[in-house]
Amino acid sequence: MIAPNPDQKFLVRVKRQDGESQPAYWQEFEVPVRPSQNVISVLQYIAANPTTTDGKDVEPVVWDAGCLEEVCGACTMVINGRARQSCSALVPELLAEANGGPITLEPMTKFPVVRDLFVDRQRMFDNLIKVKGWVPIDGTHSLGAGPTESPEKQEERYAISRCMTCGCCLEACPQFTKDNDFLGAQAIAQAYYFNEHETGKKLKKERLDVLMGPGGVSDCGNAQNCVQVCPKEIPLTEAIGKAGRQLTVHAVKKFFTGS
Amino acid sequence: MAKAEPRVIVVGGGLAGLSAAVRVAESGTKVDLFSLVPVKRSHSVCAQGGINACNDVARQQGYSEWQHMDETLIGGDFLNHQPPVYEMTHWAPKIIDLLDRMGVPFNRTSEGMRDLRLFGGSLFKRTHFAGASTGQQLLYGLDEQTRRYEAEGKINKYEFWEFLWPIIDDEGVCKGIVAQDVRSMEIKAFRGDAVVMASGGNGLMFGKSTMSVICTGAAVARCYQAGAYLGNPEMIQVHPTAIPGEDKCRLMSESARGEGGRVWVPRKKGDDRHPLDITEEERYYFLEEKYPGYGNLVPRDIATREIFWVCQEGLGIGGANQVYLDITHLPIATKNKLAAILEIYEKFTGDDPREVPMKIFPAVHYTMGGLYTIYEPYDPERDTYTPASEPKRQPNEGLLYGDPKNMMTNIPGLYAFGESNYAYHGATRLGANALLSCIFDGLYNGLSVHNYAHAPQGTPAGELPDALFDKYVEQEKAKVQKLTESTGANNPYEIHQELGLEMTATCTVVKEEQRLLQGREKLAEIKAKYQDLKISDTGVYTNQNVSFARALGDMIVYSDALMEGSIARKESRGSHYRSDYTERVDDQFHKTTKVKYDADADKPIIEWEDIPSPLVPLRARTYGKVDASPEKKEEAAAS
Ligand SMILES: Cc1cc2nc3c(=O)[nH]c(=O)nc-3n(C[C@H](O)[C@H](O)[C@H](O)COP(=O)(O)OP(=O)(O)OC[C@H]3O[C@@H](n4cnc5c(N)ncnc54)[C@H](O)[C@@H]3O)c2cc1C
Ligand code: SF4
Ligand code: SF4
Ligand code: FES
Repeated sequence: MIAPNPDQKFLVRVKRQDGESQPAYWQEFEVPVRPSQNVISVLQYIAANPTTTDGKDVEPVVWDAGCLEEVCGACTMVINGRARQSCSALVPELLAEANGGPITLEPMTKFPVVRDLFVDRQRMFDNLIKVKGWVPIDGTHSLGAGPTESPEKQEERYAISRCMTCGCCLEACPQFTKDNDFLGAQAIAQAYYFNEHETGKKLKKERLDVLMGPGGVSDCGNAQNCVQVCPKEIPLTEAIGKAGRQLTVHAVKKFFTGS
Repeated sequence: MAKAEPRVIVVGGGLAGLSAAVRVAESGTKVDLFSLVPVKRSHSVCAQGGINACNDVARQQGYSEWQHMDETLIGGDFLNHQPPVYEMTHWAPKIIDLLDRMGVPFNRTSEGMRDLRLFGGSLFKRTHFAGASTGQQLLYGLDEQTRRYEAEGKINKYEFWEFLWPIIDDEGVCKGIVAQDVRSMEIKAFRGDAVVMASGGNGLMFGKSTMSVICTGAAVARCYQAGAYLGNPEMIQVHPTAIPGEDKCRLMSESARGEGGRVWVPRKKGDDRHPLDITEEERYYFLEEKYPGYGNLVPRDIATREIFWVCQEGLGIGGANQVYLDITHLPIATKNKLAAILEIYEKFTGDDPREVPMKIFPAVHYTMGGLYTIYEPYDPERDTYTPASEPKRQPNEGLLYGDPKNMMTNIPGLYAFGESNYAYHGATRLGANALLSCIFDGLYNGLSVHNYAHAPQGTPAGELPDALFDKYVEQEKAKVQKLTESTGANNPYEIHQELGLEMTATCTVVKEEQRLLQGREKLAEIKAKYQDLKISDTGVYTNQNVSFARALGDMIVYSDALMEGSIARKESRGSHYRSDYTERVDDQFHKTTKVKYDADADKPIIEWEDIPSPLVPLRARTYGKVDASPEKKEEAAAS
């Protein structure tokens, strides 16, 4: 890699919003090039030097972050037009992508903005309640080990269990909007995940009832956008497909038993 | 008036907070759970390597819970308290079983049993893991159970709420907290008959660390300023292998060494050839040569210092503060097992560690010290007979199950669980024991909290006058107002950077009197600068600037305690290594550093407390070290 020139700078455009119902506006900042720089370090620089390119002292940009290693899901935003984690978005690549700049940072569009780049993704957590995303254990008492599981099954479940509720899949999904009630790929995949556990299975019927209802699997247009943007490479469309098959069986059973 | 139902407040939604919330709710007490971030994004999510517990396979190889305890005690250089460690290690297998029942996708053997891996400080495989993101999987497992109780109305979550101060009544008993919604900036008091602090570690005090950006230690520092003692604040674990970065140091999990990764530098100073061109004979595998028994699996404090020293001698890669961590020789299957951590390296450096050795250096990683806590040890003479009306007394050798005192701070009603307390790890934490201690605290001591909340000291929180709570709310509002009006000269982010650099230089890998005294001066300077802050955000909504500046003030106060502890402890023990006092001095310092805050002088006061050793006598910590001279090496190889 070419050693960065300390005087070299690049531009960052940030879409700002002072509060939930406030209008959005853009501001531009100039940031010096540093080695191994990601968007978080850019935002940290702006926090310490909140002056725009036209010399105005402004309020520091607000954003959400936690782990800085792409595992907590907090720092998702729309960077150069694509939803991704700001901690793992590296500046050299972004500059290349934007033909030298400016790099643009915007809040995700499918969730209410709290302030600037900080959005409220409570809906994703609420959806996990809707699909009963848990294993109904009898309690925390000492009751021995859980069911055995083949390595293959573990691998299948492990892949889905890595979902960090970041929201990229929902941001990219044409069917998921701010005000409809589509559950989206994340919640559907989680429902499938719990249906695949020996004990988790006990709530399968209830989960499938939810997935069969409004906002469930049938609202998915199979556009595949979700699986392409998921940073954890969760096999989302596969999980949705498998959930769909579970639903068909469930519907047929329901039809015949009337329950 | 109907008697108010007891409520428990839990601050923190990491593994410790979630397991506490679940356990207390299960006992039938309502829980209000506070967290700075949605609990699912808590720092625990970062843990990669695994969680320790003896199991049947380990047992049949000659391992036992007792040995797990012994390793924990010697790993911690005997600064840990033995009864809680006994209890934790003996509960460990049950904890793994429980997590397994919750659906945590632990790695499996071909028969479908849970797989094990090797971790530092042990020669036995006793670490359970779920891919390379064990913490994430464990946190999600507990998050799911929490959500289940939330759906049932037994747990109430306050996410994006910051704990500001404990509410302490006129009798010195904790009765609730003041907290702030970091979005609307509303400040409110919450009543609770018991409060559990599970707010994690303080890595941010060192500027860059392997921790999340929320790990400021401010919550602990606030309890300290409100009268809670700190225990062993000078004990900071520096992880031997991290990837240095601009915004943070990213961990390279110990599992890389556990699975056979080797640490080395070129034998020849300044050898700047490509690592793959340097032959086996030209490589200095310094951990393996000095510690032939444990090799790359020596405990973290030892590995950290050896790496630090080798770099000080100028043997670091290209003369820089970097050594190689090499996994290129491992079989594909092992590399696959490590895939998730290798991806982190690749993602943030651009190099593929499967092909080229990783470049790593130590970084601040874990807070062994924290809020001082007490416990009720089990006493075989006193506790053999259990009347049917008191089902809590069970025969064991560690703690008295369900006793309200367990993991309580010196402030009645205020508990500390997980990384925010000081109890289990002593002077160095063994890898993969933190996750265990967090969940153990929540599950085991959750019952203590429940019991206390139903028979709290003094007036129940629900019956205390509003005036008490209002007073604390006003106090916090005044602080925010003062900060918002700061139009001084200094940017809080710059002060933070200064603090971090100083704390890293003085209080981490190697400490020394003169440098510590300079550090003390520097802290005073930083404190003065802090009095003249410039807050650039006047917004009344989601004002991160104010929140950060407030936490910075608390980090500085905590740093004082850490610095004074480091100065006072004139010996070397575990992660606390003094180059001017290189020996462990048991007769003087086999003691807890108890630190009290003197509010009038704004200074820490150091006290010492003896540590009883009822189960295991103290012994030297050698890990089979040999002199690295060539003759000695042969001897070691022969044995
Ligand atoms: C990169 C990394 C890898 C690790 N790997 C391992 C491993 O493999 N094995 C192992 O055993 N250990 C590991 N550890 C250590 C382990 O992850 C932590 O010690 C443990 O997760 C701490 O859990 P906790 O519940 O105490 O705190 P945390 O998970 O840090 O949670 C703290 C909680 O407190 C909340 N909080 C903090 N301040 C406030 C406030 N003022 N108001 C309200 N809420 C607040 C936060 O929002 C959060 O919910 C690792 C650590 C790191 C940094
Ligand atoms: S497949 Fe398409 S429609 Fe369905 S969830 Fe994914 S992005 Fe949305
Ligand atoms: S499925 Fe992938 S994109 Fe969607 S929330 Fe989970 S991790 Fe993010
Ligand atoms: S900060 Fe956690 S994913 Fe980026």
